Amino acid sequence: MKKLVLGLAAAVALALPAQAQSKYPERPITMIVPFAAGGPTDIIARIVSENMSKTLGQQIVVENVAGAGGTTGITRAVTAAPDGYTIAMGHLGTFSAAPATYPGLKYDPINGMQTIGLAGGTPILIVAKKAFAPKDLKEFVTYVKANSDKVNEAHAGVGSVSWTTCTLLKGQLGVPKLNSVAYRGTGPALNDLVSGQVDFMCDQIVSVAEQIKAGTIKAYAVASAERSPALPDVPTTKEAGLPEYQIEAWNGIAAPKGLPKEAVDKLVDALDKALNDETVKKRLLDLGTVLPTKEERTPAGFAALIKRDADKLSPVLSAAPKQ
Amino acid sequence: MSEMLAHLSLGFGVALTLKNVALCFVGCLVGTLIGVLPGVGPVATIAMLLPITFGLDPVGALIMLAGIYYGAQYGGSTTAILVNIPGEATAVVTTLDGHQMAKQGRAGVALGTAAIGSFVAGCAATLIIAALGAPLTRLALLFGPAEYFSLMVMGLCFAVVLARGSILKAFCMIMLGLLLSTVGTDLETGQERMTFGFPPLSDGIDFAVLAMGVFGFAEVLRNLENPEARDVVKSKIGRLLPDWNDLKQSAAPCLRGTLIGGTLGILPGNGAVLGPFASYTLEKKIAKDPSRFGKGAIEGVAGPESANNAGAQTAFIPLLTLGIPPNAVMALMVGAMTIHGIIPGPQVMTKNPDLFWGMIASMWIGNLMLLIINLPLVGVWVKLLQVPYRLMFPAILIFCSIGIYSVNNQPVDVAFTALFGLFGYLLIKLGFEPAPMLLGFVLGKLMEEKLRQALIISRGSFMTFIERPISAGLLLVAVAILVIALLPSMSKKRDEVFTE
Repeated sequence: MKKLVLGLAAAVALALPAQAQSKYPERPITMIVPFAAGGPTDIIARIVSENMSKTLGQQIVVENVAGAGGTTGITRAVTAAPDGYTIAMGHLGTFSAAPATYPGLKYDPINGMQTIGLAGGTPILIVAKKAFAPKDLKEFVTYVKANSDKVNEAHAGVGSVSWTTCTLLKGQLGVPKLNSVAYRGTGPALNDLVSGQVDFMCDQIVSVAEQIKAGTIKAYAVASAERSPALPDVPTTKEAGLPEYQIEAWNGIAAPKGLPKEAVDKLVDALDKALNDETVKKRLLDLGTVLPTKEERTPAGFAALIKRDADKLSPVLSAAPKQ
Repeated sequence: MSEMLAHLSLGFGVALTLKNVALCFVGCLVGTLIGVLPGVGPVATIAMLLPITFGLDPVGALIMLAGIYYGAQYGGSTTAILVNIPGEATAVVTTLDGHQMAKQGRAGVALGTAAIGSFVAGCAATLIIAALGAPLTRLALLFGPAEYFSLMVMGLCFAVVLARGSILKAFCMIMLGLLLSTVGTDLETGQERMTFGFPPLSDGIDFAVLAMGVFGFAEVLRNLENPEARDVVKSKIGRLLPDWNDLKQSAAPCLRGTLIGGTLGILPGNGAVLGPFASYTLEKKIAKDPSRFGKGAIEGVAGPESANNAGAQTAFIPLLTLGIPPNAVMALMVGAMTIHGIIPGPQVMTKNPDLFWGMIASMWIGNLMLLIINLPLVGVWVKLLQVPYRLMFPAILIFCSIGIYSVNNQPVDVAFTALFGLFGYLLIKLGFEPAPMLLGFVLGKLMEEKLRQALIISRGSFMTFIERPISAGLLLVAVAILVIALLPSMSKKRDEVFTE
């Protein structure tokens, strides 16, 4: 009898770790999106998480925790218990730009979190009102430099993607003090660009592509290495004469530091499967998204991307005049 | 004209399929319910329901989501009238006279008037969108930061007229509202203002938190203090639907409200919130006996309710014709369209005519459904007033708390609401009205943002507000409103002089 009990106990003890390993995830996973529902990051999160839920066998629930340029939601996500049930979809701003933008930031995107992988890159375009004088990017550069006291740039608020990417552009052009008009979100900024109240802005392809196609605004260049299939007529910054301006507004998944390895592996695998799914691919490509490379889909590859862009952005952002 | 009919018949062809009618009904029903529940707003609901629409085709999904949005406007008036809690900024005005009517035993009449007024406005707005949607788009583009600022100044002048009692007290409350709206991260510089280093304040105070506090929680506190006050409501329920006289009285305010609300709804940046306030101000100003307002005047329900529903519908114009969302709910609709593979832009109308006209046709069908859902429900809602306090108050508090939590998923928001509840109670005790404060709060954020944008663009020259004709016109109207509001005593004296 005693032997039997011991034997059973041993069997249970042996079985436990194995069971625990196969168990994750045993309840729904929360994916925190640090922005309002319906925005570019939220849309990518919903498209990707829906497919990841199928692979993981548990629903991923998207929770929008907006605030402070996305840092409120990411803080909550990466300070949560590292059990794999709280993950976050952040972007260029929250992972690479935030440390330089928000001095009191409560998380460390480089050393203080577990990266999972990149979900997609979103090309950035330099766009201007229809009646803006410069015809192409070269003229734009000369014009802005010559008329830095007259030109108005619009952005969606300090910390937003449009602010971050345009601050980089202004830094590279040597006109960091260019007049900049802040709006509460891309929508109102775009409204005033279409009606010609402001001169130019930098923003994600998903927000501006339809306006460019309709001719209500014009695009000078896309800040990626290659042209976007969504707007094949728009040249890259390399082609148009401003090769140093290369920036993408990517979105990627991260989790609290100290996540069990099997949870990391399962999430990485689920993300990879989602990005290989034809429906997901098509949906993302329709948005103008650039699908991540094999390398970028891994935790290490994504972490390297975060570090690369942080190094590129922090000198410009720290030096940016806060008017 | 024949083109419009062809478009509408295309739209009705899409909207009248069994599936789309069913989706429209579900949307309207859900919208009515969340509108009635205090604090649960359309933004949170649409965000939650977004994943469910993945399996639907885009037209069906958008018809349902749109139904939730304008359905919530119908439902929102119910809570405003019955328990004096505005679920949305646009329902604040309805509390003024609607709740008074309920106290006088005319809750049914108020609810009926609100439903019928909303229906008329909804029908008119649908026709406006169908006939003039594309040309009206230009109106949205005429409004730059300068024009917008002047519009907000005009809106603030309405708040003075809203006051039931002392104008000085109303003025103080507007200022307090403006002050509260400046809490949070500075838009231009990213600096934190008046947050005391407390992170939850860094994005400012949410409208729902403030409104649920000073109206919802405070109202519960006040009622606990004198339980007999509501017995009046309990004993006399009165007629359930408006009679011929009521309808005659509300017809003109309803049409004027539709026009005002519909026009303001087209403007970008949530111009729709001004609609009900503007309509109320107008009705009070042209009434033979303005003193009835604030004491249960039916015009004070019919006008604003029509205005908010018309505004809710014309807010779709910038989204559908420009591809630019004018407010948070419309931004969510952009997300919904994008998820379904339709990226909103100026070409939606030509590229996806079935979606465009189908949605417009469904709005009319939805309004009809809302009338059918809401009129029979009036009896049910009014019976809610007979629910004893010990059940009613905990329920209100629980729903408010759930609703507030659902806005940002932040527990601290609920705690803030409780604080504002105590503050609201203090205001009631001291005889200050919360409505002007809420208007100041809603307009304050926009006003500051637009003022600074206009000044940055004009390189600091204030002349921009006068040089631009629309802006100058709006400022003139604002001055006129102030003069009319502040000088009644003077004109009275002058009348006396003349009669002598």
